[in-house]
Amino acid sequence: MSDYNFAYLDEQTKRMIRRAILKGLAVPGYQVPFASREMPMPYGWGTGGVQVSAAALTPEDTFKVIDQGSDDTTNAVSIRKFFEKTAGVAVTEETEKATVIQTRHRIPEAALTEDQILVYQVPIPEPLRFLEPRETETRKMHSLEEYGLMHVKLYEDISQHGAIATSYAYPVKVADRYVMDPSPIPKFDNPKLEMAAIQLFGAGREQRIYAVPPYTPVVSLDFEDYPFEATKADHPCDLCGAEDSYLDEVILDDAGNRMFVCSDSDYCRCRREAGHVGRLGVETAA
Amino acid sequence: MYVAVKGGERAIENAHAWLAEERRGDTSVAELSVAQIREQLALGVNRVMAEGSLYDPDLAALAIKQARGDLIEAIFLIRAYRTTLPRFGATLPVETGKMACDRRISATFKDAPGGQVLGPTFDYTHRLLDFKLAAEGEVAEAPRAEPREEATPHITEFLQGEDIIQREPESEAVPGDLTRQPMSFPAGRDIRLQSLTRGDEGFILGMAYSTQRGYARNHAFVGELRIGTVAVELDVPELGFAIEIGEVELTECETVNQFKGSKTEPPQFTRGYGLVFGQTERKAIAMALVDRALRWRELGEDFLGAAAQDEEFVLSHSDNIQATGFLEHIKLPHYVDFQSELELVRKLRREAGEDEAREAAE
Repeated sequence: MSDYNFAYLDEQTKRMIRRAILKGLAVPGYQVPFASREMPMPYGWGTGGVQVSAAALTPEDTFKVIDQGSDDTTNAVSIRKFFEKTAGVAVTEETEKATVIQTRHRIPEAALTEDQILVYQVPIPEPLRFLEPRETETRKMHSLEEYGLMHVKLYEDISQHGAIATSYAYPVKVADRYVMDPSPIPKFDNPKLEMAAIQLFGAGREQRIYAVPPYTPVVSLDFEDYPFEATKADHPCDLCGAEDSYLDEVILDDAGNRMFVCSDSDYCRCRREAGHVGRLGVETAA
Repeated sequence: MYVAVKGGERAIENAHAWLAEERRGDTSVAELSVAQIREQLALGVNRVMAEGSLYDPDLAALAIKQARGDLIEAIFLIRAYRTTLPRFGATLPVETGKMACDRRISATFKDAPGGQVLGPTFDYTHRLLDFKLAAEGEVAEAPRAEPREEATPHITEFLQGEDIIQREPESEAVPGDLTRQPMSFPAGRDIRLQSLTRGDEGFILGMAYSTQRGYARNHAFVGELRIGTVAVELDVPELGFAIEIGEVELTECETVNQFKGSKTEPPQFTRGYGLVFGQTERKAIAMALVDRALRWRELGEDFLGAAAQDEEFVLSHSDNIQATGFLEHIKLPHYVDFQSELELVRKLRREAGEDEAREAAE
């Protein structure tokens, strides 16, 4: 253990964050301002997610951290170690064993349950930010439910490119009220935003928390004649053969050879252990 | 194979071990002590205290040592430590009028009560490398004079007596604290000043410089610049009165700005204010200029579209810990979002190619 309070933050701060979380859950998709603290890791590296996790964790929890779908990316390792040290909680790489999962840029492939909380790290919580840089303006637009600008942007994409040219951080409407940035997950993950688990979003530098309660309707913005489409690389996983998982593309040599592998490393491991083998995989099943 | 690599944890540990070795440098060269940094790199220590928002020269010096001289990294260490500290209470406002000044100059009056005191300044040094310092830096003792016992009045008080400078509105309100409440706009001058005093020196300097070059020009005279120590007093409820708990070194700058009057205000001089921990006069002067530029609304001036007038722009981007964190986070893996962009660009190019082929065929 350490000299720090459980999960690093002092109880007052955790209470303040929990209040923001509860408010977020009560008003799905609404960005709740909170007095984000300076954490011992840099802004932009998950300080919002870390603060939300710190406020959500109890000593009995089992914690999992993924970045780009994987438990072994350096920043995921760093955040997991931070909570191992400051909270002494059990950690796991197995999605189904985790009670709190902190993620950056992905939703796990396996469906989450009512006993789980998914915490997202959010860089820019404001879906309208790149259409209107001023916070004073975007807050007004949300309160008036004035989302015309976003639809114009999507329409302009179609008229220019023939398709909506947003492939990640694809905007959604939550509970038929707030337009929300789902954080930079690929749009492939958007349909999973309607789930049984609690979803909490933390943006530390921008001082915002928002939430999607279990089973809340989350609709990706689109048009009747240009419906939303969740896309992925048109390959199966080269290690486990999965056809339904989001894939990373890996360059193998300087002759342009590539392989495609599941970005969700736990999902891929489970499938390989169950005996599935992809194009370049090897038998690992016991 | 890359994807199967399980080494993140060990890679991080090895990187940190190497970093520690690099920080120490050549072991045949004597190690730098924290006291040496505190005493001999005092202006760096001051900047770390000011932007770290924590007055503790020893910790700032330690942070500089740990950060290998990277001051923004040192500021980050101090900020992260600062947030963990319990709060006992708030001090009374410091009385800068009672400052024991090491330096006090005015650019607006040739002389004034309290006099012009240059103090330990780089001003008027010729910037020639002193090669003697490379060998040894022992110096002769500087000449001494009797310190001034009585308080040194603020220059702006003299202008105020003539009612020719804008009066600051009095307020009993408790100032906000941006480290405890989320920022919201409009922020109010208390939060603006707090944000500026802990803001990045380079950013504030650039903003201030832009006003001098015509972006919301507001010609500033340095009415007064003073550097020295002030007593810090804390009201102790058990005692029923305030006691002095220590002293801090501060730099205070008050600018006197030209003002021809506006729709709401008569012609008069206006003010900008800078107050920063330590001997940090570049920062304090810059802060005063930016403060003045941000006051356009209360003085009934026009918004000229200049960056330095734009409160949301200045305050959202002045914090170097926020800025450096977000800037550097793009080093983190982004292959999931990049992959989705790859597929999108390939798809758009494929479709554009098909369109062209169809047009050529027609």
